[in-house]
Parts: sequence; structure tokens; C-alpha cells
Amino acid sequence: MALLEVKDLQVRVEEREILHGLTLTVNEGEIHAIMGPNGSGKSTLSHVIAGKPGYEVTGGQILFKGEDLLEMKPEERAAKGVFLAFQYPVEIPGVATMTFLRTALNAQRKARGESEYSTPDFLKKVREVSKSLNIPQDMLKRGVNVGFSGGEKKRNEVLQMALFEPSLCILDEMDSGLDIDALRIAADGVNALHSPKRAMVVITHYQRLLNYIVPDVVHVMSKGRVVKSGGKELALELEASGYAQFEDAA
Amino acid sequence: MNVAVAKTGKGRAVSDLFTSAEGRLPGSPTVIATRREAFETYERLGLPHRRIEEWKYTDLRALVGEVLPLAAAPDAAALKRAADAVKAQAIAGARKLVLVDGVFAADLSDVKELATEVGFRTLRETLEKDAGLLKTASTDAVIALNAAMATDGLVLSIADGAQLSVPIQIIHIATAASASSFTRSQVAIGKGARATIVESFVAAGAKAYQISDAVLITVGDDADVAHIRLMDDSPDALNVTSHFVTIGANVKFNFFNMTTGAAVSRLQGFITLAGEGSELSANGVNLLQKTEHGDTTLVVDHAVPNCVSREVFRAVIDDRAHSVFQGRIIVRPDAQKTDGKMMIRALLLSDEAEADNKPELEIFADDVSCGHGATAGALDDNLLFYLKARGLPEKQAQALLIQAFVGEAIEQIADDNLREHVIGIAERWLERRS
Repeated sequence: MALLEVKDLQVRVEEREILHGLTLTVNEGEIHAIMGPNGSGKSTLSHVIAGKPGYEVTGGQILFKGEDLLEMKPEERAAKGVFLAFQYPVEIPGVATMTFLRTALNAQRKARGESEYSTPDFLKKVREVSKSLNIPQDMLKRGVNVGFSGGEKKRNEVLQMALFEPSLCILDEMDSGLDIDALRIAADGVNALHSPKRAMVVITHYQRLLNYIVPDVVHVMSKGRVVKSGGKELALELEASGYAQFEDAA
Repeated sequence: MNVAVAKTGKGRAVSDLFTSAEGRLPGSPTVIATRREAFETYERLGLPHRRIEEWKYTDLRALVGEVLPLAAAPDAAALKRAADAVKAQAIAGARKLVLVDGVFAADLSDVKELATEVGFRTLRETLEKDAGLLKTASTDAVIALNAAMATDGLVLSIADGAQLSVPIQIIHIATAASASSFTRSQVAIGKGARATIVESFVAAGAKAYQISDAVLITVGDDADVAHIRLMDDSPDALNVTSHFVTIGANVKFNFFNMTTGAAVSRLQGFITLAGEGSELSANGVNLLQKTEHGDTTLVVDHAVPNCVSREVFRAVIDDRAHSVFQGRIIVRPDAQKTDGKMMIRALLLSDEAEADNKPELEIFADDVSCGHGATAGALDDNLLFYLKARGLPEKQAQALLIQAFVGEAIEQIADDNLREHVIGIAERWLERRS
């Protein structure tokens, strides 16, 4: 069984159809890249998978481990193992990163019927994980993403990914707002988390990110559909020739 | 006893409130005469209503209607219930002074454990000689009624230079249902003293009761004072409290109020900066649900130059609750170099929740820096979605954001232990949300 199956998905936002029958299958352990020009519906897809309000699904379905994802609340999806790394992670003043991480991890564990972490056990786990990702401890004491640089925000997303251990990670334009060094650090974090059980869907506008996170499959999106899929060489082809050819195909 | 009726001339019914209580009100004949005078003032004015500007948003005639008869002195059973409530409220290490249904309860209090620099008497004892504590410059009807009816209170004096290492916690416990209690206390803080005064209001099983409290505070030069008031009365109670605070020179005064209870409440504080070089930090949180009405009204009077005042207020309003914050900063003509700032923010958790924020500046000096801001809004959907996408259910995500919202006011409490105590009360309020 595929980990994620998106079948003929049609989505509207405020009366305007953004996705017109999108189909995508991701298996365990695979890395997929979704590329496409601005406005092709890449971010809409990631938001609908995560359960963001404001999108109306008018047709098709999304199955996650065979279950109907669209029937689940966002927090249920998270507990089942769906993780969206946000393009622009929000700042939450007054909520310490540590408190947020512990509350979120324990909420997911509780939803799965697992025991919650005690404070000492949690601290131990966070220290291990943040150390392996080279995340300084003082970042954890600050408010969630408050005053973080673009690179720090993305590393905080990677830290959460490592802590929550999802089976599907969707990285929405994780390269936006990052310089090359920050991009490399974030990508190294993602690569370290890739495993035979964990799939990654990397949404990006540019081929650049795929120098660091090497995909098994590349999809090209245009006007709300996947118009072409292929191996990693497809990304290079796009870089050379641009998206225009696919816009006609759509 | 309907006060509106009293205003139309049938005053006799209202007078029953006083005459039926008179025999139980402490004080010498002179004191009783002062009380009678105060009661006449109250009778003439009646309960405040919306046509009185200061009470525009808290119309006690409409919200409360009548003043309930005076609570009986607590019996053994009441004191037993109160003892359990005291245990639940006590702050670790604090010296407790307990008032049950408006009467000082010596057996529940730590009078003997008070530091030697703390002078202590009850209002009852003080009134045997002198009516001074019943007199204030205010013409407010609820303050007049409090003067007429006050059964007891605490009269504390903290000696010059005293450095109190643990807080004094005044705990008001209500055990009598459908009755009213009136208390009046004085805290005189000496020069250079350092003290923390906490006031807690809770019920021990009582319902639909009414509390009227007045606190008169004077702060000597160079003192460093924290004053924290935690009003967590029964959800069907009334609490009307008035504070009169006079602050000397080079003082640090840190006030915090939290309202988490009572169907109808009003805290009105009149704080005068009477000595130069002082810093006032006055902060508060209203957490309101169901149909609760919580009013915080604060008048900060810069009477002299070179003082700083900072006010941070947060209101979280759910269901059909109504929060009122009125903050007035007065800068007298001589009070040059005044630095006064006030920030009020309301968080509305339901479409029917209501917030009235009324900041006012009255500035009569020309070289000052004063400002205020007021906002009202809902929880940010983007923040909620982020938290939900990380596995937090709606209520838990809201709770985290609400805690962060009120945190900015709560973090003004410097003492870790007290701050944790306050956060605990806020957390219990969040758990009560349906």
C-alpha cells in the first residue's frame, strides 16, 4: 500500500479552482520533488494535505496509509504521521519553544494512545536531537521562532520533524528566504532524517534545493495538475529550459 | 430591597440594611455616627448606574439590583469550610491573615508568625477609638456604603526599613450564601521597607454572595512594594473593591490584579504618585467566561514631577462575558517629566464577547511623555493552524495562545513563586472553559 495517495484532487479557494484533478502517489522511503511555477498550486496541495482551513475540496480524495485524510482534523493528521514544514513558520511570542515542543509531542503521543513524556525524559530527548542537528540550546528557550533568522526558523522545523518522527514530511518551499549556507544546513538536517520508512515531499520553485536533497521522483506541476513526472534528471532539464513548455502542456 | 425604589422615596426599605446590621457593626458611638452619615450618603446616591460617567459600563443597578443583608458572623462549621479553602489558596511560606465572611479569623491566621516589624490590629479594634479609617475623600456611593457597613479588616503597619522576606497574604473567604460582607483594611508601609502583599478572594461553598472591600495603602519613601490581588470568587458572586494608594518618593510599587471569578466585579484603584522619582508598574488580567462582567478601573494621578508609570492590561473574554478596562492617567500642572504609558489588549474568544477599553489622559503639564494604546481582536488563525498542524487539539492550541497573551502582564510579577501561583490560577480558569 502506498503511504500517500492523492487521487484526482480538485480544490477551490473562494470560488476559484486551484487544483483541477491532481494525482500523486508516494511510497514509504521515497523522496519526491514537486516543482512548478508560482501559482501552479504547489502550496495549496501541501496545505490541503495538512488540513489548513479555507480550502474547499470539491472532488477526489487523499488517502494516507489507506485512511481518508480529508476526514481528519489537522491535529489528527499530525498524530498519524503527517508533517508539514511551513514555508513561513509563524512566530508565537510568549510560548517558549521548549513548552511548545513538549506540548505538541505529548499531544501526538496521547492521540496515539502512547504514554506522555515526563519532563526529564523529554528534556533528554530534545537535547539529543538538537545536538545531532547542531541546534543551540538557547534557541529552545526563546519564544517559538521569535526573533529567529530565516535559517533558524527552518532548523526549528527540522528539529520538530526529528522529534515528532512523522512518516510523511512535506517541505513547502523550504529554500525560500535562505542563503546558501542556511540552505545547506537545513538540507543536511532533512537528509539525516530520511529513512526507508519515512517519505519526503519537497516542494520547490528552484532546482537549487535538489542539489542537496536528491529526489527519487520529480513532478512538474502546472495550472493545478501534475503535468510530467520523471527521475531526478527532470529537475535539471527544467533548470535548463524553464517551465514554459509545461504551461502549454497543461 | 430595591435601590431603585429607594431613589423614588421609599427609603425605609433600604435603611433596613443598615438598621438590621447596626447592632453588629463595631465601633464607638462616634464611629456609629460616622457610619450613619456614610449610609445617608449612600442612600442619597443609591447604587451607581450608567448615567454616572465612572460607572457607565458597569451599571450596578441593572447588574445587581439590590444589596443583600449582612452575613452573619461565621460559626464553627463555616470556619471549618474556610480552613480547607485557606489551605488551597495559601502561598508557600506566606504569612496568612484570613477574613471569613468579613470577620477576621484569628485561628486561621499567622498573626504570631508575622515579622516583628509588622504591626497588626483588626479594624474592629481600631474602631473602638477612632473612625478615621472609615473616612475617605471619595464621594463614590459604593465606598460610602463600605464605610457604613464595614465589619472588620486588617490594619497593618510595616516599620521603616523592614525587609520582609515572605509575603503577607490576606485571604477573603466567603462561606455565607446570599449575604453580603464588607471589609476595609489599611496597610501603611514605612520608609525604605520592602514588602509583598497578596490578597486572595475565594468562596468556600458559598453562592450568590456579595463582597465589598476597601484597601487604603500608604507607601513611605524609598520603599519597594509588590501588591498582588487575585479575585477568584464564586461565578455567581459580586465583588466591588476600591483601592486608595498614596506613594512617596523614590518608591518602586508593583501592582498586579487578576480577575477570574464573580458574576459581576469591579476593581477601582486610585493611585497617587505623591513623591518624586517613583516607579509604578500596574498590571492586570481579566479572564472572563459565561456571562461574567469584570471591570478594572484605574486612576493614576501623577501629582509630582519625575515619576514613571507603566500599565499593561490583558482581557480574555469568552462566551457572552463583558470586560471593562478604564485607565486614566492624570498629570498635574507641576508634574513635569512624567513618563506614563498604558497598553490595553483584549482577546475575544466568541462573537458575543464584549470589551470596553477606555484609556484617558488628562495632562496639565507641558514637558511629559505619555501614551496609551488599546486593541481588541480574536486569536490568530495562522498561529492556531500551526499549533494544530503540530498535533495540538483546538482547545489546547487556544489555551497555549491565551497563556502567551496574558503572559506579558503576568511576567511583570518579579517573584517566581508568586508568578507560578498566578499562572496556576490562570491554568485552572482555562480548564474550566467548556
